Order: sequence, then C-alpha cells, then structure tokens
Amino acid sequence: MSKKYIGQAVTRHDAHDKAMGRIKYTDDMCDKGALVIRVLHSTVANGIVKKIDTAEAEKVPGVVRVFTCFDLKEKHYFPTAGHPWSTDPHHQDICDRLIMTDRPLFYGDDIGAVVAEDEVAASQALRILEKSVEYEELPFVLDAQEAMEEGAPLLHENYPNNVLAHTEIHMGSVEEAIKEPGLTKVEGWYETQPVQHCHIENFICYAYGEGDRTVVVSSTQIPHIVRRVIGQATGMDWGKFRVIKPYVGGGFGNKQDVLYEPLTAWISIQLGGRLVKLDVPREETFICNRIRHAIRYHITSWMRPDGSFAARTFKAWCNNGAYSSHGHAIAAKGLNAFPQLYPCDNIDGETWTVYTNRSVAGAMRGYGMPQASYAFECHAEDCARAMKMDPLEFRRKNLMPVGYYHAFSKNELYSDTFNQCFDKGAEIIGYYDKVRKYANQTGDIRRGIAVSTFWYNTAVYPIALETSSCRIVMNQDGSVQFQLGETEIGQGADTAAAQMIADTLGIPFDMVHPVSCQDTDVTPFGTGVYASRGTYTLGFSIRQTALLLKEKVLEAAHQFTRMPVYNLDLVDGIIVRTTDGRELMTIGELALAKLYTTDGSQHLTAESTYQIKSNAYSFGCCFAEVEVDIPMCRVRLLNIVNVHDCGQVINPILASGQVHGGQSMGIGYALSEKLLWDEKTGRPLNNNLLDYKMSSFMDHPRLVADFVENYEPTSAYGTKGLGEPPACPVAPAIRNAIGQATGLYINELPLSPHTLFREFTDAGLINDPWAEENK
Amino acid sequence: MYDIKALYEAESVQHAVQLLQEHPEAQILAGGSDVLVQVREGRRAGVELVSIYMLDELRGVSIDDEENIRIGSLTSFSHITNDPIIQKYINVLGEAVDMVGGPQIRAIGTIGGNTCNGVTSADSASTLMAWEAVMEVTGPEGVRRVPIKDWYIKAKVVDLKPGELQTAILIPKESYDRCFGHYIKYSMRNALDIATTGCSVNVRLSEDKKTFERVRIGYGVAAPIPVRAYTAEEFLNGKEITEENIKKFAETVLEDINPRDSWRAGKALRKHISVVMAERALRESISLAGGVVNG
Repeated sequence: MSKKYIGQAVTRHDAHDKAMGRIKYTDDMCDKGALVIRVLHSTVANGIVKKIDTAEAEKVPGVVRVFTCFDLKEKHYFPTAGHPWSTDPHHQDICDRLIMTDRPLFYGDDIGAVVAEDEVAASQALRILEKSVEYEELPFVLDAQEAMEEGAPLLHENYPNNVLAHTEIHMGSVEEAIKEPGLTKVEGWYETQPVQHCHIENFICYAYGEGDRTVVVSSTQIPHIVRRVIGQATGMDWGKFRVIKPYVGGGFGNKQDVLYEPLTAWISIQLGGRLVKLDVPREETFICNRIRHAIRYHITSWMRPDGSFAARTFKAWCNNGAYSSHGHAIAAKGLNAFPQLYPCDNIDGETWTVYTNRSVAGAMRGYGMPQASYAFECHAEDCARAMKMDPLEFRRKNLMPVGYYHAFSKNELYSDTFNQCFDKGAEIIGYYDKVRKYANQTGDIRRGIAVSTFWYNTAVYPIALETSSCRIVMNQDGSVQFQLGETEIGQGADTAAAQMIADTLGIPFDMVHPVSCQDTDVTPFGTGVYASRGTYTLGFSIRQTALLLKEKVLEAAHQFTRMPVYNLDLVDGIIVRTTDGRELMTIGELALAKLYTTDGSQHLTAESTYQIKSNAYSFGCCFAEVEVDIPMCRVRLLNIVNVHDCGQVINPILASGQVHGGQSMGIGYALSEKLLWDEKTGRPLNNNLLDYKMSSFMDHPRLVADFVENYEPTSAYGTKGLGEPPACPVAPAIRNAIGQATGLYINELPLSPHTLFREFTDAGLINDPWAEENK
Repeated sequence: MYDIKALYEAESVQHAVQLLQEHPEAQILAGGSDVLVQVREGRRAGVELVSIYMLDELRGVSIDDEENIRIGSLTSFSHITNDPIIQKYINVLGEAVDMVGGPQIRAIGTIGGNTCNGVTSADSASTLMAWEAVMEVTGPEGVRRVPIKDWYIKAKVVDLKPGELQTAILIPKESYDRCFGHYIKYSMRNALDIATTGCSVNVRLSEDKKTFERVRIGYGVAAPIPVRAYTAEEFLNGKEITEENIKKFAETVLEDINPRDSWRAGKALRKHISVVMAERALRESISLAGGVVNG
C-alpha cells in the first residue's frame, strides 16, 4: 500500500459546501410544515407533579396537543448513554429515564410537551402551562458528598445514599509503605466545576410516520444506538424505527447520549405519524441535555528524597446529576488512569458516582479526564515543588516508563512519547529560558510558564464492544462511495476515511466519495463516534473492506487483461502489470467493462465488519504561558502549545483543527466557564451564552498544535485517538503557570476573577485597605 | 420566529411620535439587539413595536451651530467608533462602544438604544455620564433637552414620557474642549460580554500640564444606574498631578459608588476593581492629555 494521501493535508470533502452554506443540517432538511414541539420542564429541583391543568394552554390558537406525564400510559424505563448494547444484563446501562416523568428530579426535568403549528403558539402555550403545574416540593441536594450523607434526599430507591456506584483499587500496601523513613507527604483537594459542551448546533430532531414505521432525523453522534433506545423507550421493536443522521454542527459527547429522540418519536406516533420537530433552545441545551461531571478529588502522595513515589492515595466524588446517563464509566476512567500515569507500587484508590438534583452529567470531550488531569497535574506540580524539583524533570522521572504494559487493556507504551512531546513543546514555547526568567517576580503584573500532561487511550476495548463496518461501492467510472457507522460530526472523520480508502484501494482521492449521512436503513451497523475512537476504529474495517474490493477488482482485471491476479496491482487508478510496470487499463475502463460485459457482469462492491480487540495509549502535553494582572484579578493567556502523539497523523490540517478546538475548550474550562445553580431553589442561574462565560476568540492567543508521530503498532494505519486528548491538559497547565507567576497554586476551577480575587485577597497579594471590610 | 403583535414603521420623527401616541403600549424598536432578544425570551412576548430604524435623519455625527457634538440616536456603535469627529474630540466614546458585544451587534446596535434601555452596564453610559452628555428628546410637545445626570431615573427607567423618543445625544463644547479620557470595561471575557463594572475617566489639565483643571469619572454597574463619583472629582480638581493625589482619588471613589452583590459578581470584587480602574483610567487620561506624574 502506498502512502500517497495518508499524511497529507488534503482539503476536507465538505469544506467548500460548508463555506458556501450548502450543507444541509437537520433543521435544513425538515419540511417547513412540521409541527413544533416544546418541552415542559420542571421548575422544582425535586418533587412530585400532582396535577397539570392543560385547558388554558390548549385554547391558544395554533396549539395541536398538550401532552403531560400523565398521558404516558406505559412506563418503559430506558437508558440514554451512547454505549454499545451489552448482551450481558449486568453490563447494560441503567434504565432510569421516562419520556416524561411525574417525579422530577432536577430543575428542568421533562414533565410534559406542547405541540403547536408554530414556535410562537408553542411558546405561548408553554408559558401558560408552566403556571398550571401543581407540585409537591421535596428537599433537594446539589453537592455529591452532601448527597451521600445520612438523611439526604434519596433520588433513586435502589441506590442508598445516592451512590450509583463505588469502586476501589488497591496495589501493594500504602500502610506499610509510608513507614519508610524520610518521606515527604503532599496532600491536596482539587475541585472541578460543571460545564457544558456548547456545540454550535443545539440538539434538534424530527420524526414522522412512513408505512408502519417511524423515521427520526436527529443531530446525533450515534444513530444506530438511538434506534435501539427509541425501541426501548417506546416498548416497540427496534426495527420499527429508522434513524437518519445528517451533518452535525458539533457534539462533543452531548450527542453521544440519546436526548429527545424517544419523546419526538412517541409524539409523532400519538399524532398518527404527523411530522413533528423539536429544536431545543440554547437555555434548555445547557440544563436539559448533558453536562460535564463536576468531580472533587483528594490525592495524597508520599515522596522519597529522590523525588520518587513511595505511596499514593486517591479519592474522587463524581457528581452525576439526577439520572445515570453514562453511569460509573466516567469516574471509573479517572480511577483507572491514576496508577497508570504516575506508576507507584503502593496505591489505594476509590471513587464514587453520586446522584444529585442537578442537570444530568454525561459524556463530554475527555470523558472524565479533563477533571482527572486537573487533579493529577495540579498534584504533580505540588509534589515537584515540595521536593524542590523542576516540574518538568519531576514528570520525566515519574511518568509511565517506556515499555509499561497494562494487563487489563493490554495497552503498552511502545515509544518515549512523553519525553518527545515535552522536548518538542519546550523548544517551541521556549520553556527553559522562560521558566528561569519568570522565577522570583514582584510587581502587579507577572508572568508564568508551566507544563501539564494527561492520560488517555483510544476506543473502549476491553470495557465494551468495539466493532466497525464499512461498505464500498464502485461506480461505472471506477470512483467509489463508502459508508461507515462512524459519524462525521465536524471532526473530519469522512475525509480521513477517504484518504485511507484511496491509499488502500489504490485510486485517486478525488474518486472517493463519503456518504456522509448515516441512515440505519442503509448504513452498515456501527455505534457512532465517541471515545476518540473514530479514526482508529474505522481504519480496521476500511482496510479490510478496501482490500476485499481490491481483490474483486484485480479478479475482474484478469478477465480483461488475461494476466494472472498475482501479477496485477491497482495503483492510483491504473491497473498495472507488476512484473514490468506496464499500465494495462484504467480503473474506469475496468469498472465500465465489468458492469456491462455480457460475460459475467458484476457490480463491484465490498462490505465487511471488523471487531477490534485492542486499544492504544494516546499521550501528549500542553505548555501554557500566562500574564497575571494581580490588582485586576485577571489572567491573560500569552502562549499555548499542545504536542500530541496520536501515531500516524492522517491529515495534519484536520488533526491541528482537533487540537485547536480542544485547546479552546480547555481555555474556557480553565479560566471562565462554570454552570451555577441557586443553592436555595436548585434553579440554574446562568444557562445562556451571556452569563455562561465560554471563552471567545478574543480570549485566545495563537493556538499552536504540533505532533510526535510514533506509528501505533496495533493500528490499521498507525493512528490512534486525538478527538478528546487536546482538551485534557490545558487547565492544569494554566493553573501551574499562574502558580509560577504568583506563587499561588489554586486547586479549583475556573480560575476566574471571582476565584482569583478571593485567593489574592487571602494571600495578601492585593493590598486593598477595604479587603477586610468588604468580606 | 418572534412573538410580535404588531410592527409600525415610522416614516419620520413626527410620524414616530404620532405612532407612539396612537399605540401607547408600543415599544420603540431601533437596532433591535436588546428588544428582539427580550421578545425571544418571552419577556416582551406579544409586544407592539414602533420601528424607527428607517429614520436615516437620526443617523450620523456632526458639530451643530452651538458647537455641540451631535450624535444621532440611531448611529450604530461601529459608525461611532469610526467617525472622524468622535475620533478627534471624544475618542474614548468610540473605544467604549467598540467593546459592546461582537462585530454584528456593533453594526446593528445604536447609541440611542444603549441609553434608552436604562441599563447601568451599557458601555456608552459611563463615558456619556463622565462627559456630561445632554439627551435630545422629541415628543408631542416638541423638542426638549435632558442633562444625563437627570436622564436615568432608576434601573431600566429613563426620562422618556409617553409619545417621546430620544433623537440625539449632544456633547457640549465646554464638556469636550481640551479633554482626554479613557474607559475600562471589566468583564469576564474579552468579547461578547456585558460589563461586570466599567469606569470612564477624563481630564482637562492646566496649561503647564502639572495640575488637574477638571477631572470627571463615571461608572457603570457601580449602582442601579450609571453614576459619577463626585467626591473623588472634587478632591482632585485643582490639585497637582502627584502619585499621592492619584491614589487618594482612586480610594475616594468608594464614597460615591454602591455596587451590588449578586451571583454574577460579588460586591467586594466590584468595589476593589472600581478602585483599580479609577487609578488606571486616570493615569491613562493624564498620559493622553500630555501630563506627567510628579513625585
């Protein structure tokens, strides 16, 4: 196989259409005559719906129907996580959601729906309806550790103390290890905040009847999983639903949950198959879809005088919100990573996933690792400082060594990735000069520089099924269409896949056309994109399928060239005789001849499934340089450099785009973003893009992305995960840089002016004569 | 899709006054960057609107016969920032309104709307306050002028009577002559944000540039309406430009401001930042005026 297109920055196939506004997203595809759904949300954080008087709302001109939780005659509890189905009932996701509920568990829970002829009528009816709900209000709890206390309100009967799950790991003996003389103990609490994905395209779907089935068009990462869950939620056969995924304006894990597809499908069915559309407003996207878990950590390390770890303990409390969604998977990932990133013989770790009366937490870019990386890398920095070691040298000494093998996942660190990434990043940003220059500053405005790394892997093997299917169909001119279950959601998966097909099959890139929209009636089965798995996973089925097709092509070529198959090859669209390199015919001539021959006409096509039984570490680092204006309590990010080893880079422009996006999300996570709830009422306070301080273009320096390319030996094309890793190391790098600048190492996020004002005041950095009085 | 009951398009200022009298419940629609957001949120659902957006006579910046700078109420933020008269005499106003929202909002949003919505966080408000702007209001009784200190009545309420609309904002010559100013917007991100607090300072220095002839300082979000810190101004007027006086001025602003405590920002933070902004905006104003700090 030649590498003509792999590794090249080819233009993504949808770039021009997107730039020209020709791409059809879900809303563009929906007939304008669709009825409009608006969801009635709970305005209590915990309670029982006693009654909903729909009479006034139904009188609003244009209102078609008002549904309430009391209209749901059959209660089919369903899961929402975009996890592959498990044939083992013990590994199936928790079924705790209803299409509408009379037992709301968070402010924003779904208790009814209005269907109207247009948005205005739906909104008018909804405002009336919101005032027509009678609740029995119950006490609520917003904090994970408070939810575990005796007497806290219980959300789900089968989960005492609101603990969804609790897991532990033990290695060696911490108790014995800490008896070693001369150890230095470093201990810290690290607090991460809830944030939201804020993809540009809010969640939207529409549904209509066709024959005896219901078609659902949805902005989702996981169409095949959505079909299964609609079946579960309605109590109907899964095949009664057809799910179509058009172009998607961002997902970041929020659309790795089934959101309102079951409600929309159910309403269409209730209305005899009428076309109904649910376009979730931004305010509801913030609180009624999914958010990133707030996780609180406590980490203790005992360091030997040489800076190595003697023993470590780890505890984490993961605030899951009101329903299970992804369950314990996010907390477990952090616990699993803890002993791997900085290996130590003696480790105790435990983590709890806890239900609270907050918005439901689910997957969000990094799947628990932005939080865990914050805790790990704040703590690593604190350990280095305690040992008076350079933070970068400390990491080089203690990080997972080359050759490290993880028995459960069978992952192995094949290359000196960490050091290579550090070296490259340090060189680009000028780390060593600046770290010296910025030591011991005084004055109001100070600079700092620091580094952070993270732990990540690729895909979900061996925890869940990893499978990918591919179909490639050849046209009369030798060009091909291909289909995959791995969805294009803006990341560029289709383009990367086309590059692989072009190289493996041996035809020019412009002859490879993705069928970008998945349709469960047509697309081969796949579980979608998540877990930074797309490029890794689809590579296996693409390589296998493209080789199958190539075999058929060469067999056909034998018919027209008389040459034996073993002397033929397909090279960039030409059938070549390998013995002398003579070009015998073009792929277009061959495809045309094979389809229209009266002697064995054949439609050249191939389809196959590959089940993946491997995984791959995907590491990297982030360097951040900041300027802190102490009196103004503000941080300006001057430079940021991420270096990642995602193996073979398939497309450098698309890979850099992934890194830039992750850095941007990391900057907001570090400095400004936090969802807030009113402690007194449980009501969300800032669920809009004004009050929720997502970072803007003006808050970014030039985003610098670079790569170390150690070919991944387990991979079909040497590649591995890159979707999520760039978001993981940014916040701790910024925190550590602020620490270098000010001497204050702050253990919570975001490092907003609110946080900095409090910390600077407490530390006496702000010489404000009113500081005491103002407190 | 917006829940609007009726939209009346004014063809002249007089027609707008007439429409407002005929539809006493109607809201005035200028650029729409506030009103339409509120309609969408349901706060003004079912609203009647009198649009003045087509009244080009309310657009533009000029110097009038009395040597006032006259800014038509429909002048957009981006127009103000790029206007030569503004850049020559009151550049700080152009800088201040360049911090509103993003480019799209600045192209559609108007300074009239920014001051008629009565919001304390408006980016133009503290500068107009500090430069003692005068609001020109046209109504059934004709034209009247309202000094900005009397314009803001309480949060979200300004001195506009039924049938009236603001038609211009005037900056008198005495207010802008030989004055140099600087605005600091303090917000949680560098674009697409509303001020957590904002401060606009301007100075007129003595001929020898050693003394403050007149200092004015306006704040947004330091009280329910935009305010001046008169005590600090009075302290500094006629004083020498010294480190000590600058510091004392900044500390004194707390005598006149009363920021609120909310989940958006604590009172202590806002007060602290108000002092820092006063000092920094004053230093920048001195520098723009060609002054130097003595000792």
